[in-house]
Parts: sequence; structure tokens; C-alpha cells
Amino acid sequence: MRLFSFLLFILIGIPTVSFCQKDFQKKYQSLFILAEDGDVIELPEGVFELTNTLSLEGKKKVTIRGKGMNKTILSFKNQTDGAEGIRVSDGIDIVLEAFTVQDAKGDAIKTMHVKGITFRNVKTEWTGTPGPENGGYGLYPVQCQGVMIDQCEAIGASDAGIYVGQSKDIIVKKSKAYHNVAGIEIENSLNAEVFENEAVENTGGILVFDLPDLVQKKGGQVKVYNNNIHDNNYINFAPQGNIVASVPSGTGIMILAAKETEVYQNKIINNQSAGTLIISYTTTGKKIKDKLYDPFPSAISIHNNIYERKTGSPVGKDPLALVLGRKFGENIPHIIFDGIKNPALIDSTGKWIAGQCISIVNNKDQSIVTLDVQNNFKNIERADNSFKCDN
Amino acid sequence: MLRFVSIGIACIFFLASFSIFEKKIYPDKLSEWNFFKGKLSELDPSKDLVPYALNTPLFTDYAEKSRFVRLPSGKSVNYQKEGVLNFPEGTAIVKTFYYSADFRNPGKDKNIIETRVLIKEQEEWKALSYVWNEEQTDAIREIAGDEKQVQFIDQQGITQKVRYVIPNQNQCKGCHNSNDQLMPIGPSVSQLNGNLNYPTGKENQLKYWSKHGMLENLPSYASIPKTAIWNDPLSGDLNARARAYLAINCAHCHRKEGPAQTSGLYLTESETDITALGINKPPVAAGKGSGGRLVDIHAGDANASILWYRMHTNNPGERMPELGRSLAHQEGLALITEWINKMK
Repeated sequence: MRLFSFLLFILIGIPTVSFCQKDFQKKYQSLFILAEDGDVIELPEGVFELTNTLSLEGKKKVTIRGKGMNKTILSFKNQTDGAEGIRVSDGIDIVLEAFTVQDAKGDAIKTMHVKGITFRNVKTEWTGTPGPENGGYGLYPVQCQGVMIDQCEAIGASDAGIYVGQSKDIIVKKSKAYHNVAGIEIENSLNAEVFENEAVENTGGILVFDLPDLVQKKGGQVKVYNNNIHDNNYINFAPQGNIVASVPSGTGIMILAAKETEVYQNKIINNQSAGTLIISYTTTGKKIKDKLYDPFPSAISIHNNIYERKTGSPVGKDPLALVLGRKFGENIPHIIFDGIKNPALIDSTGKWIAGQCISIVNNKDQSIVTLDVQNNFKNIERADNSFKCDN
Repeated sequence: MLRFVSIGIACIFFLASFSIFEKKIYPDKLSEWNFFKGKLSELDPSKDLVPYALNTPLFTDYAEKSRFVRLPSGKSVNYQKEGVLNFPEGTAIVKTFYYSADFRNPGKDKNIIETRVLIKEQEEWKALSYVWNEEQTDAIREIAGDEKQVQFIDQQGITQKVRYVIPNQNQCKGCHNSNDQLMPIGPSVSQLNGNLNYPTGKENQLKYWSKHGMLENLPSYASIPKTAIWNDPLSGDLNARARAYLAINCAHCHRKEGPAQTSGLYLTESETDITALGINKPPVAAGKGSGGRLVDIHAGDANASILWYRMHTNNPGERMPELGRSLAHQEGLALITEWINKMK
């Protein structure tokens, strides 16, 4: 009998790992459901296939910890149900740590209504050549407070690799985003610091957006500093309809209708269409019906960044690239402003009122163009030193 | 052969090793609740269970549903014009999902998949799912979800196959959610305002409830709202039926208090803001769910509308609702298509 048990043990030992994928789903989903305050759920080393979302709901101080970013891999390649790989909702102090979520059919990791959400050493990835069939968002905290994204990686998202939306008190640091449409995006969020990240080979490196029709109306107090934002010239592969489908290929930093945003000490290198692009929502051509929405950027400060680009035409074929190429040939200015100011924030001479100005000073190789989008690019002009604020 | 048996045993051990963690509060078997008398699969209600039906129900992969409510003895629910009724402490809602072998003979040769029990305790609703065994003799509580292959013959006599997904406990709250609290979706007065066959004969459900002391303060009939029946043109015009359909199928999430509030798309029956309803509204975070379309509803052109696309596609990252279906609801889709196409 003992021998039989021993043989059974030998026989079952190995196959369970590869054959019981459904049981992995069930086991970990059960652990997620039954977790008690303070629990740490350890994910083993290996590649595990899941067919449905793993969800964590209504928990406090729970940590989900793998054996390492490249050691614990949750693959959703054959996912049949659920709109995301991992979903965390309605929680307090949740930590996701040291694993990879691969090839989710929708978003990779969505966290909603969590107070205190940490992503550390987490990778979200769509394998293969990036394309519109990839999921929208990699790391996706929305309507959260206290967001920490630290030493993460996001690859291949057809919208944004690291996307923080409608949230408050945010840190995104020491992370890497590449081959996404948007590398890192901060949208309608308050009090965010984005620093020491690398955004490379996305369509657009780092985006700060304020959009209409949302619950959290207005973002602000956003700082983007000490990041390395380079070679973001990837073709825009976002499905039409999404706001990021209007991000020009070759964009380093894009500020869309955002307020109180400070961009400094970044290396913004070889982003061939627009090192930094500052535009109002009206320039996207989309209609605005939200009466509480302010579509214009204001109180923006861009200083002490290093700008470089290779001589050459802008990349892509969107209207911006065509306009810039026609006007400037192969020497495109680094910073591009659509020229539209909030009429409520300027005085009778067209100058910004106190505290609302767009300031662009002390950048290495600073060059600026104002597009005059309002008048169909009629007065497009270089304005390298006219973004100094008096107050 | 032995190898496969071993794997099976290993899997059972693997599963058994964690089920012991759960605290035993609720019955493990449906039969222990004593909701039904006689043979369990007949779903013959014990006398304190009252059947109910909704005018326009949520689509769940063509599953048929039997619904019962049990109020604690001597307790009643107060009339309220809008929203899900505020049921008293101790109320149980018992909903069973099944497929008739042939939809042209409904109720015959049922394949019962799961029974969901919603109970209200300490001012909170709890959701429990019981999955029926192959023999159809009982159902066992399942928290982590499951899936079943189901086959049936549809109204046209065509054999259909469904991979029916039993949601995990967290996913219940994906839909049954108002301000992060678990809530029933269906039983509002406007949804209950219709006739049902009781053992005592056909009667309006609200009148029946009122007569039997279940519902207090029922006003005069004319002032009670009534949800249109989505597939009965006599019950309401195209707009009323489409809005009723969207309300029950989408608005549990797509409302200001629901999990899809982040999208700014609100599909409750009372919504009047046409942008919030999706007309010419660009998506917020649809990702590839936009299907390359620019706005949620393109008036006059269903095919150019994201709403239509997401009801039409079966891709799990794109389809809507996110949970509860793996098939598109062709008849519901036809209604919404007509509604959008006729919109000016």
C-alpha cells in the first residue's frame, strides 16, 4: 500500500502543474475571495494559463505576490471570459507585486475604487507585434486614491501601458513603458508625480490629459520630472474612436487640456514629430457637450528639460506631421503649442491672467512653434522665447 | 489510464486542499435551504416562496429563469416608485437558470445549471451560487465560478451550443452593484407591473403582493410606472422597449452609482442627457472595444455605433455586458439596431 501511494505520488507530482490549469484558476480565485485582512497570497513560479478574470473585491491590506516579474507569469492568451486579466475593486491598501500578466483579452490589470493600491515589479504585456487587437490598458487604476506604481513594465497596450485615470495622490516611478500607443498617461487626475521612468518606442511617451464627460472632472498638480522619454515614434495602432488614436506618432510628452502641470528635468530625445505637444481638446476636432468641462490647457510650466532630435521629417501621416513637415522640413521645433488659450483666462491684450500662464523656459535647445490652429495654421510661427510668464 | 486517473485524483486533492478555509455560515447544498418541496429539480416552491417575473429581463445566454422571493413571515416591502424595492431584513431571492431541451417545448426536459440565492442580512445583500449536479438531484455551493457546456434546440429548431459561465462570487458584484454595495437588479415596481400565472389564476403581480400583505402603500394603478416588454410592441413604442432593454441589460453598471460610472455612459430609463445616453459621445476607455467606431451611438447608423458593436461582438475583452453572456442576443440586438437606425 505504501509503495502504491509512493507510485501515485510520483505519477501525480509532475502532471498536476501542466494539466490542472483550470484548477489554478479555481484555487487562486478561491484564495482571492476568501482572503482575510492582512493576508499575503503567494503566486508560484511558472507560466499559468487562465481563462477568466481573477478578481479581488472588498478586501483590506491584502498582498498578491509572485516569485518575480519574469518568474510568475499569468497568461490570458486563451481567455474566454472577463473583461480584464486581474480586477481589484472596492479595496483598501492592496499590493500587487512581482508577477506578469500576459495577453489579456481586454485590460491587463484594472483597479477601481481602491484606497491605497501599489503595483511593484509588475509587468503587463501583449506579446507579438503590437496591433489594435491588443488590450487597451496595461496597469489601469481608475477612481483610486493613493496609487503607487513602482518598477513596473508595460508593453504593447493598444491604448496606454500605464494609465492612471480619475484618481488622486499618485506616484509613477522607475517604470518602463514601450511599444504602447501611450506609454504613461495621467488622465483627469489630481496630485500626480511621474518620475525616473523610461518611456521608449511608444506612439506617445507620457501624456497628461483632461477629458470631458467624466465623473472626476478636472486634473491638476501633476509633475513629470527626471524621466527618459526617447524614440517614441511607433506607428499609432489604437483602434479608432479612442482619444489616443489622435496622438501623433513621434510625440514625447503630450499635454491635452490639462491644468497645473509641471514638466522638468526630463530627457526628451528623438521623438521625431513633437518633443512636447500642448493642445486644447478642441484641436482634436471632437465635439464638447459637457458644460463643466474646460477644454484648454493652462498653468503649464516646462523647464530645464533636455531636448534633442535627429534631423529629419516628422514621422507618421497625421495632419500635425504634414503641417510641420511642410513648414519646417527636417528641422522641427521641439515644443508645439496649438495657440489656443482659454478666453476666460486672458486679459484684453491677450496675455494670461496671473497664475494661468503657459511657461516654457530654460530648456536645453528650446525651440517652440505656435500653430494657430484656430485660424487653420495661417499664422504658424516660431516663438522660441515668448513663453515667459510675468507672474 | 492510471496516469489520467491519477491526474484526476491529484486535481481533486488540489481543490480539496483550499476549500477547508471557508467559514461555514451558509448551507453547502441548495436542498438544505428548504426552498422547494418534493423533487428538487421540479423547483416546486414551499409555501412561503412567491414566484415573480420581470417585464424585461437581463439576457443570460438564452438561459430561462425561474424567480422566487421569500419575505420573512409578517414582513412586507414598502412601495417605491423608482429603483429596486427596499426589501426587509431576511428577504431571500431565489433565481434558477436552466435550459429546456427544446425551446419549442419550454419547461420540458430541463437542464438546470445554477441557482443563485440573494439574501439580505444586516442591511446588506449577499450572493450565493449553487451549481447543479449532473443527476439534477441537488446543487452545491460554488464560490470560484465554473463553466458548463450546454446544448439546446432553439425556437427555429436549430441546435445551439453554449459555454455557460457561472460567475465567481466577486463577479456577482460586477453587475449587482450600487455604490460598491451588492444589490438585486430586477425587482422594481415598474418591472413587476405585469401579470403572472399564480396557482390561484392570472393576476397583476403588484396587486397580488398587495393583497397578500407583501407590499404596502400601493397607490392607484394609473400612477404606477410600467416597464415595457422588450419584445412586445403592444407594451410600448420602439423607444420605450429599447430603453427598457438597455436599462436592464446595461444600466446596472452604466449608471452614476454603478461600476461603469468611469465611462460617463448612463443607460438608466430615467436618463435624459443625450450625451450620457451615448449619442455622439466619444468613448473614454473603450480600448479595442470601440471596434474602430467613433461614438457610442451614431444616430441613424447602428453599425457605426460602439454600443451596437459591443452587443454584437463575442470577444471577451470587447463584448457587453462583460459578464453573463458568451453569445450575442440576436433578438435584443435587432431591437437596438432598429432603435438606432430610426434615430434622427
